[in-house]
Amino acid sequence: MGASNGGRWRAGSRGGAKRAPGSLLTRPWEPLWHFFHLLRPARWSAYVRDHWIGKPLVTAVPMLWLVLFFMVPFIIVFGISFSQSVLAIPPYEELLAWTDDKVLQLRLHLSNYNYLFTDSLYASSYLYSVKVAAVSTFFCLLLGYPMAYGIARATTTRRNIFLMLIILPFWTSFLLRVYAWIGLLKSNGVINNVLMSLGIIHEPITMMQTDFAVYIGIVYSYLPFMILPLYSNLEKHDRTLLEAAADLGSKPWKAFVRITLPLSMPGIVAGSLLVFIPAVGEYVIPSLLGRTDQLMIGRVLSDEFFENRDWPVASAVAIAMLVLLVVPIMIFQRYQNRELAHK
Amino acid sequence: MAETRTKTPEPWLDPHAQAYIRVENVTKRFGNFVAVNNVSLKIYKGEIFCLLGGSGCGKTTLLRMLAGFEQPSAGAVYIDGQDMAGIPPYERPVNMMFQSYALFPHMTVAGNVAFGLEQEKIRREEINRRVAEILDIVKLGEYAKRKPHQLSGGQRQRVALARALVKRPKLLLLDEPLGALDRKLREHTQFELLGIQEKLGVTFVVVTHDQEEAMTLSSRVGVMNRGEIVQVGTPRQIYEFPASRFVADFIGSVNLFEGQLTEDEQDHVRVKCDELNVPVYVDHGMSAPPLALCWVAVRPEKIELGRERPAATDNWAHGVIHDIAYMGDMTVFVVKLDSGRQVRVMQANRTRKPEEQFAWDEAVYLSWDASSPVVGIG
Repeated sequence: MGASNGGRWRAGSRGGAKRAPGSLLTRPWEPLWHFFHLLRPARWSAYVRDHWIGKPLVTAVPMLWLVLFFMVPFIIVFGISFSQSVLAIPPYEELLAWTDDKVLQLRLHLSNYNYLFTDSLYASSYLYSVKVAAVSTFFCLLLGYPMAYGIARATTTRRNIFLMLIILPFWTSFLLRVYAWIGLLKSNGVINNVLMSLGIIHEPITMMQTDFAVYIGIVYSYLPFMILPLYSNLEKHDRTLLEAAADLGSKPWKAFVRITLPLSMPGIVAGSLLVFIPAVGEYVIPSLLGRTDQLMIGRVLSDEFFENRDWPVASAVAIAMLVLLVVPIMIFQRYQNRELAHK
Repeated sequence: MAETRTKTPEPWLDPHAQAYIRVENVTKRFGNFVAVNNVSLKIYKGEIFCLLGGSGCGKTTLLRMLAGFEQPSAGAVYIDGQDMAGIPPYERPVNMMFQSYALFPHMTVAGNVAFGLEQEKIRREEINRRVAEILDIVKLGEYAKRKPHQLSGGQRQRVALARALVKRPKLLLLDEPLGALDRKLREHTQFELLGIQEKLGVTFVVVTHDQEEAMTLSSRVGVMNRGEIVQVGTPRQIYEFPASRFVADFIGSVNLFEGQLTEDEQDHVRVKCDELNVPVYVDHGMSAPPLALCWVAVRPEKIELGRERPAATDNWAHGVIHDIAYMGDMTVFVVKLDSGRQVRVMQANRTRKPEEQFAWDEAVYLSWDASSPVVGIG
């Protein structure tokens, strides 16, 4: 509608019968009329187009969100990481302080970061977290790829059932699902009891408080995050490409390696990062299922906050973790851009 | 184009010739649906054989069975004397050009073309040489490093062709090869295809719904309808001597009249049509029971338009011009006969004389030669 008249608002040009221009006295409703017309979405789009505020307006919403809920907290945490722990509420020193000579002083303590390097607990926790996340991501990919592939190739009705089943566990509490694994894995748990009653083993296998239990917990919990992006990629593949490969003399396995696998690379990268990034910082699963002698960085972080009440060190740990994760995020971005460039 | 090709021998007329492809009583069912119904075909080396038919007639299914993507539910396919049952696509001496081209989007043009050769044990230098050679033939040498999405539709089509041809297949299957191209490009590519086919001596089996494409490309055409081959012949045979009412109606435009055989002699037939003023006389005999109901087909371009009443007692009709479509080289008239039946007449615009032009609502006589009509039973 807005397009047909050039997008300009012209009084009296719309709204049924033509109305003669009148004064406020004779037609007191006239300004109201204008007002309601301006509220019509068609008017908005015309206005937005004419005044070219559309793009900034649209991008302003996510921008505002990110600034409010990401940038501001990040800056606060970043600030605290340069502070010093004190016995107070909040338990850290303000960075800016007035001295007695009315000088505004900015005090930045780099000791927190220094501390991360001196105490081997942090380095080993970081490395352990990265290792656990990497191994879990690998097994998620190993399990998730065939599943995503199978779902993408299933008939439409089956496909919807499978997707439903994959999303279904999200409807129960995450904590509950991890607890359920304790019941399965513990020494007198379901798995050990079954294996013992079948006579396959004679003593219970220790699975709780091991890396194995953490891998199981993470792979189980994060598998949907691997499957869904992979599925959405594989589902878009043109099957005639595989027919073309077969026609050109390529056996199915080779066609998979040369066609399907490279074309699904963006899905692999997206799924792997969606698993890897949260797995690095995972707190609940290692706390419930994992080792007690080797902590993951998420646990270290929470201990610093809640046990030690050392907010500055905890903030430094968080910032270091973020820096550590920026690298995979950048890889992800690069792949996303490349995929967009293909379209 | 088909005319210039008659210099090549016509193996289908030789009873001793060995067919390169034999399709024997092939049926393909998808559930309850019969896509291809008991089709038998012989295609000879060096032919360009077109499978022509409307959508859903089974032509693509038949092609996919030649490529090995579908297995026949019954019957057998032989290529070069070898039974193809159970042989997967990647082991058949056949290559296909897909309707969508199916180019690998993550590979360059050269990568796409090289793909087929990389599946064989060929040295890299040899692969590079053959890729360069075939890209030269399809005139894409300078585009070797581009990705498919950086090419135009016509260029993509040529990459697909090069990719299929570089394997030097004995048989190339083409699924609607010119479908996605605009008219100018189609004509150009058509001739390019013919040139390449002659140069490399490959047998082509082309699937198309476009009769013009089938006519210009093919040595022979197999017309398909509802999963069956209804007629096989050269383009000229199919057009001038359609074997059935379906073929007459499907190929080109035609005026079909219902009638009854009144005379059926050795050298002529006479048909009485209610919609025409006088009987139709055809100068060749046919064998049918007397007074059989039949159909008569007359092509629009074989009808003469005139203002004088013809002296003959057969083969004319009287009507009024109802519509005129001027197309430059020719004009199509829709003439409303006295019976109310509308008939298409096509006249070449041979002169620019105004007195030879017809106007709307003008009364005209339609006449045609006794050799023109096609008569069929049923």
